[in-house]
Amino acid sequence: MPHNQTYDIMTQKPPPSREAVITIEHLCKRFGSNIVLDDFNLTVGKEENIVILGKSGVGKSVLIKCIIGLLRPDSGTILVFGKNIPDMDHDELDRIRAKVGFLFQSNALYDSMTVRANLEFPLRRHWIEMSQQEMDSLVMEVLDNVGLAHTVDMMPEELSGGMRKRIALARTLILKPEIILYDEPTTGLDPVTGREISALIVDIQKKYHSASIIISHDMHCVKKTSDRVAILINGKCYAEGKYDALQKSPDPQIRQFFE
Amino acid sequence: MNQQSIKLKRFLGETGELSRFVGRYFIQGGRPRFELRELVRQCYIIGVNSFPLVGLTGFIMGLVLTMQLRPSLVQYGVESQLPVMVGIAIVREVGPVITALIFAGKIASSMGAELGSMKVTEQIDAMEVSGTNPFKYLVVTRVTASTLMLPLLVILGDGISLFGAFIGVNIRSTTSFDLFFRQIIDNFRFGDVIPAFIKTFFFGFAVGVIGSYKGYNSSKGTEGVGRAANSAVVMSSILIFILDLIVVQITDLLGLN
Repeated sequence: MPHNQTYDIMTQKPPPSREAVITIEHLCKRFGSNIVLDDFNLTVGKEENIVILGKSGVGKSVLIKCIIGLLRPDSGTILVFGKNIPDMDHDELDRIRAKVGFLFQSNALYDSMTVRANLEFPLRRHWIEMSQQEMDSLVMEVLDNVGLAHTVDMMPEELSGGMRKRIALARTLILKPEIILYDEPTTGLDPVTGREISALIVDIQKKYHSASIIISHDMHCVKKTSDRVAILINGKCYAEGKYDALQKSPDPQIRQFFE
Repeated sequence: MNQQSIKLKRFLGETGELSRFVGRYFIQGGRPRFELRELVRQCYIIGVNSFPLVGLTGFIMGLVLTMQLRPSLVQYGVESQLPVMVGIAIVREVGPVITALIFAGKIASSMGAELGSMKVTEQIDAMEVSGTNPFKYLVVTRVTASTLMLPLLVILGDGISLFGAFIGVNIRSTTSFDLFFRQIIDNFRFGDVIPAFIKTFFFGFAVGVIGSYKGYNSSKGTEGVGRAANSAVVMSSILIFILDLIVVQITDLLGLN
């Protein structure tokens, strides 16, 4: 099979009823001589959960960092709500980032701040007009959503790995984003906690009606959270489709992920 | 390419990167929005937390310097000049340089380690996606706080050091507090105080820039964080001596010595 074409497997595009919130076309990114993304194309529909599957080091995290503007692609377009990310200046990027949440693989909680200060940080930095009382109630609401209201005045170092992941997720949710980018949300967690986080991702999508791109190797998480799966091989979107359809694919390149 | 050429290339490359970092500080630091709240917090952390160490070392330095100088002055029969000698030595050179070195050991290493670990754990990226310019929030505030706080610490350190010298003088003889300080102040000239004070701003700037630069550009992993902290102290200490040498040359050329 040629690697420069997306594998043609059923239901690869978002259903027509879904308005596209992210459209990536001909995206290329290289680091020195290492080509990471090479003519990558993908569309994410409104309220759609799409999982990006690929081996370690193939550029999955690079892809979502390009979407949020942390990395600048060499060429191609990344339309988020119809606006091209690489063309944006800092102010425009900040406005888009208020609508796009990012859950870091390492959680990236500010370890010098309490859980409350961690959650208030995006609200304060995006200059959201809000009284302290409103801010407190929003903090408690998102902490309730992840089941950790009692940790509000704790420091990140006092929390377990699973709790930190939930707090990081709460911080992502505090701006009520329309798109959430998850970078390996279950990596480093035990299977039980991993399943809880996967269930939480599904609950969040239902509650917040957000679209998501989820980077994961955890097949339970992939199955549980995905509306659609895209497989990244050699810098391209090699195949995309429903989990069950891809699982039945005879292509060994695809099957290797499901065996 | 031999080993020497590689080292030279690396040194020039790092010098270029550091120059760009300093340029970025001035460009971004001059543009709104100003992170005043974080600047005040950093001034407090850098200034207040360093004060006990600076005070203690300053006191010991003043006391020891006085006790070490006394025998030589007694030998030449100018023991009465001991307060002036110690005062000028502390204010002109020993106070600023020793305080800056202590400051570098404490602040540059903590900046290197803190920013390095923030980078490794993606906290800097998290700030950026939270609508914050991390360079302004983390680097500009720390460098500015370091530049402003070191001169204050040097003034306080010099004062405590002179008090240590007063005790040192009184161990073997008796001098009143009033007489001791009047003797020092009466003998101070413009060239003793002002250049010594001005150079502390440069020392503070150097410590802030090197600490932030090393942390902000540390390579991934815990080893990288350790290396950032260590090289921040070494490099800022060397830079303090180089800056001191340059200032002495300039003040000498201007006839201020």
